[in-house]
Parts: sequence; C-alpha cells; structure tokens
Amino acid sequence: MDNLLILFDAPVFGLQLLINGLLVGAIFALAAYGLALVWGVMNIINVTQGEFVILGGYVTFYLSNAGIHPIAGIPVAAVVLFLLGWLLYRSVVFRIVDRELFTSLLATFGLSILLQQLMNELFGANVQTAQTDFGTILLYDGLIAVPWIQVVAFALALIIGGVLVVFLKKSRMGQSIRATAQNARAARIMGINTDRVYAFTYSLNAAICGAAGALVVMTWVIHPFIGLTYTVRSFMIVIVAGLGNLTGVVAAGLGLGSLEKFAGFILGAEFEAAFIFSLLVVILVVRNMVLSKQRKYLK
Amino acid sequence: MNMKLIAACIAALGMLASSHSMAKVEGDTITLGAAVSLTGKYTTAGNHTKNGYDLAVKRLNEMGGVTVDGKQYKLVVKYYDDESTPARGAQLAERLIQQDGVTFMLGPYSSGLTKAIAPVTEKYKIPMVEGNGASRSLFNKGYKYLFAVLSTSEQYLAEAINLAAEQAKADGMSPADLTVAIAVENDPFSLDIRAGVIDMVNKHGMKLVVDDKLPRELNDMTATLTKVKALKPDLLVVSGHSKGAALATRQVEQQQVNVPMIALTHCESAAVHDAEKFGNAAENFLCATQWSEKMSYADQWFGSAGDYAKTFEAEFGYVPPYQAAESTASVLVYANAIERANSFDTDAVRDALAATEIQTFYGNVKFDETGKNIAKPMALRQIQGGEYKVVAPTNWAEASLVHPRPMN
Repeated sequence: MDNLLILFDAPVFGLQLLINGLLVGAIFALAAYGLALVWGVMNIINVTQGEFVILGGYVTFYLSNAGIHPIAGIPVAAVVLFLLGWLLYRSVVFRIVDRELFTSLLATFGLSILLQQLMNELFGANVQTAQTDFGTILLYDGLIAVPWIQVVAFALALIIGGVLVVFLKKSRMGQSIRATAQNARAARIMGINTDRVYAFTYSLNAAICGAAGALVVMTWVIHPFIGLTYTVRSFMIVIVAGLGNLTGVVAAGLGLGSLEKFAGFILGAEFEAAFIFSLLVVILVVRNMVLSKQRKYLK
Repeated sequence: MNMKLIAACIAALGMLASSHSMAKVEGDTITLGAAVSLTGKYTTAGNHTKNGYDLAVKRLNEMGGVTVDGKQYKLVVKYYDDESTPARGAQLAERLIQQDGVTFMLGPYSSGLTKAIAPVTEKYKIPMVEGNGASRSLFNKGYKYLFAVLSTSEQYLAEAINLAAEQAKADGMSPADLTVAIAVENDPFSLDIRAGVIDMVNKHGMKLVVDDKLPRELNDMTATLTKVKALKPDLLVVSGHSKGAALATRQVEQQQVNVPMIALTHCESAAVHDAEKFGNAAENFLCATQWSEKMSYADQWFGSAGDYAKTFEAEFGYVPPYQAAESTASVLVYANAIERANSFDTDAVRDALAATEIQTFYGNVKFDETGKNIAKPMALRQIQGGEYKVVAPTNWAEASLVHPRPMN
C-alpha cells in the first residue's frame, strides 16, 4: 500500500499512469474494432486477431529496414493485411461463417498457429522493434513523459473509430454490413451479396489490426509468439463493450487500459492481468443483474 | 503377396531388435545425442546451440578425435528437433537412448527443455553435459548425471549488485544506503535471477524499493517504470528474456527514466546496442553475459576466446553469442572426460566428468556435487558508444565503468 501513498503524496504520478493507460488502451481498442465487427457480423471469434497485429508490425519493421520511415507502415500494413484477410477468407474463413462458435474458434486457432510458425520461419524468432525518433513530450520537469508515437496512436485510434462509425452508417458497403449483421437471410433476399460482405468485413478487420501492429512495433516490441496478448485484450474489450458497439470499444479500451496501469502501480505488475480479469468478471455479473432486472420489467 | 508382407514384418522386427543393441560406439565413431530447438520459439538460440556443438565436433575430429585405450575415435552428433516443447524433448531423449542407443547426451537449449530431459537421462543413468540450462531448479533435484558448464541463473545479475556496492564505496558512500528496483518476468528462469539479486541486496544491506514481476504476455511496463521514477532507486535490474530487454530499453528512453545504473540480461539477443533499432537508448546499460570473446581464457583446442570467436565467425558468418560458446565448451568437456575415463562405460565417464578441472576458451570448468560449474563467474559488459565493454569482474575489465549514467 506504500505505492498508493505515493499517488496521494505526488498526484503527478497518477496523471502519468492515467496518460499511459489511455495511450495503451487506444492501441488495444484499435485491435478490438475489427473483432467487434467480425464477431457481430459473422459470428466468428477471430483468434488470429493478435497474429494480424504482429504481421502488421513486421510489415512496418521491414519498411523501416528498407530506409522508409516506419510511420509509412501504418497505411502499407493496412493494405497488406487487407489482402491477407481476403486470402484467408476465400481459403478458410468462408467455410465457418455462421457455424457454431466452437467450429470458428477451432479454425481460427489453427490459422493463428499456422501464422505464428510461418512468421517464425520467415522472420525468425528474434524480438524486433522500429525506431521513430519522434521523441517524448516532457511535462512537470520530466516527471510526466508522453512518447509522441503514442499520441499518434491515440489520435489514430479515435480517427479510425470515427471513420468506421460513419462508414457503417453512410456508405453502401457499411449499410450492407449492418443489414447482414441484422439478418443475413433477409439481406440476401434484398439482393445483398453477403459473401462479399463477409469477405470485406474480415479483410477490414485484418487491415485495422495491421495498422495497430504498425503502431505496436513503433511503441513496443514484436516477435512471432506475442500475438496472444492482443487477441485476449481485444476479446475482453469486445465482451465489455458488447458486439458491434464501436463507441463502447473505445470506451472499454481506454478504461481497461488506464485501470490496468493503476493496478500495476499499486499492486505490482504481476497483478495487472489478474486485476483486469477480476474486473471483467465483476462487470459481467453486474451487467447480468441489470439485464435480468430489465427482463423482469419487460415481462 | 502375403509372404512378402510377412517377410517385411520380420525384417522390420529384426531391425527394431538390432537397433536396441546398437551401440553408440561403432567402429571408430562415438555418437553423442542431442535434442535441440530447430523450430518453434527457441529456433534462434537452438541454432546457436547446434552450431556450437558442430564446431566443437569438427575441431576435435580435425585434431584426431578422442583417444580411448590408444585408439582414436571420431565424434558425431545425432540431432532431433524438439520443436521448442519440453514434452517433445523428453520423448526424443527416450528415443535417442532407447532406439538409437546413444549413451552420451548433450543438452538442449533452455532451462525448460533441460528440465524435461534430465529426468530421462537420469533414469537411464546416461551422462548429460549441457551449456544452456541455467535454472537453479536443475541443481537441487539430486541429479547425478547432469553437468552444466555455464553459470547458473541466480548468478546472472548478482554481480551488478556487487558492482553498485563497489562503486558506492569508491564514491565514499555506504552500500547500505543504496536502493534497488527489480523488474523480472514471472517465469522460473527470471525468478531465479531475482532470487540471486535479492540474496546479494540483503548481503550488502541495501533496500529493495520496487520488486515487480512482469507478466509473461508482457507488452508494456510503464506502470513499473512510473514507480521507478517516483522512488528514484540507485540501481534498476530488469530481466525478461530478449523481449524484456528490448521493451525495457525502449520504454526507459520513452519514459525518460533516469537511474544511475541499469542492468539487464539478454541485451545481445535483443540487440539493444543496435542504433538502427534503438538509437542510443541502451547507452551505458550493463548487460550480464556468460562469456565474452575479450576474456583471457584459452585451451588447446581453440586457443584463446578471441581465436574461438574468429574460427566460429569464419565457419558460420556471425559473431558467436555465448549460447554457442557454452555449447562448444560442453562438447570439449565431454571429450576430455571420455579420454580421462579411458573407457566408454557410462559410469566411468560420469565419474570423470565429476572430477573435471580444466580451462576452456569459455572459462574454467569444475563441477560441484550438484553438477553445476563453480569455477566460472558471470561477467558484466557495459554498452559504451554502441559497443560491449567488459567492466566486471575487475580482472577482465577492458574499460572502466561509466557511472552514473549521464542523465537526460
């Protein structure tokens, strides 16, 4: 509890934790947008989420090795991953749309192992990272440090989230996606090519993950086997936010991110994950109580 | 048709039966067995291990091989890929011993794999010399046939605490006034390192102010680093394999954490000195290493440590990391023990191993009764101008310690 006292004595560190948490949460939210879509529209829990992120990181890493500034990796990784997503949909994923959840879990789990080992073969097991030279913003005599790249990531997460919401509301494809999510059969009757919608949704998810991965490699580090972190986090965020709820994803991502940092500071890094998962259980229990009350009211 | 099938079956059975009795010493060849990680997450280090073994075997054979009872024998190593999974490693050890008749085993890469294989070699009373399993849990099980040429994990960063204490005395301070922050990954190997550090912290009467265990799926350590910024320790110790080293380097810079002394493990494999990846973020970090080619050890096989590095680079095209050096040393120690035993009897070789007291290019080797090497200390190298310079222990120091790290 000594660490808790530090926060009261010097609240500036609390501010640092909050900032770190929000910035970390933004990247997680980015990885979670696509999952919310894929899960909501196709009823697939995509376990390869994390591998898409890491692959986006590798695309950026190789660009940066080729002398191109890694920031260019954000769009490039998105395009490359979009194509990969399309390929995976056409070869494997179309077979599991709207099947039992277990089937899709198993299939995407298999894909995730395959991608991990391919990355391991192609890129090696070494830890990689890309240097941006963006520097850090220092406030309060250096007591608060905010890396520029994380500010970029934060802004990008909000922008991509906003664009997605508008896209789903206004564009033809967005409307088709929503229609398919509501009732795929009715959408087909209305002339929507749902297969195309699924392919697009899945590829879009991969593309957003790719962009997130570009930010990950500039902020943190990547190696072929670290994807699971991102899969688990995006899964949690989507559970807290609710399927297809993009605003909820942003809120949940940022909220979980900052709570995690406070838990890490006060309880120690080893309890970060335990705290977050306990919180998840509490949220689910409380939500269930609220919902069951509403159900009673409806009756 | 049926007759053919039966004949094939009989032939197969015959082969099975004969493989059982097949000895590891055939003609003038001694076969050593090893399961190493050629695929999976330890691929890189697994290849270093294999290259280290191969280079030792090549050199020993060039020099005439191993002499037993006046006859010269060549060495070969039979490899299997353990896919970086302990269960597979244990299976392959069984297979090497049971089916392939190997009676001399070399270690795999990593403590986890060694931990899986040691019970097997122990069961069959087959000696195993290893250079890549450092966890202290390998040496408190009473194993009789396990010998490790490397320094064990609790020694990895203990030297950094000693160095901080020496430095404090030189600056006219008491080591007991120093405060220490520890952040290690929550896995058996890193926790061993932590235990060694804490022993040393207690010995010097220092104060531990941060003691965080980083989660395995570690991707961000800002919470820990914020604590470090708040508590201003004199020394920060981080260990979490190459991922931990890379992340610490990146985030210490991003978060502008100004600690006078920072000590890490796995700097080399994370390439934290690489300006393209990290700029000069790791400047003046201390890095624990099992071995450095700058050290003044020498032997009759490779010459000095520096000569070994040259031979290795000529053969494989890269500077040998310590994982390769300690693998080579394992084979040398084995060959030396077989010659002294002057026999292929596994128990005689085991006893000869236990009595080993030699110097190799990798360091001195002398095993205690648990099988760990007690004759070789860990070294600390400081990154100075992007290069690794040995700064401790002082008898190998090639540069003086830059202390404190220049603050930003």
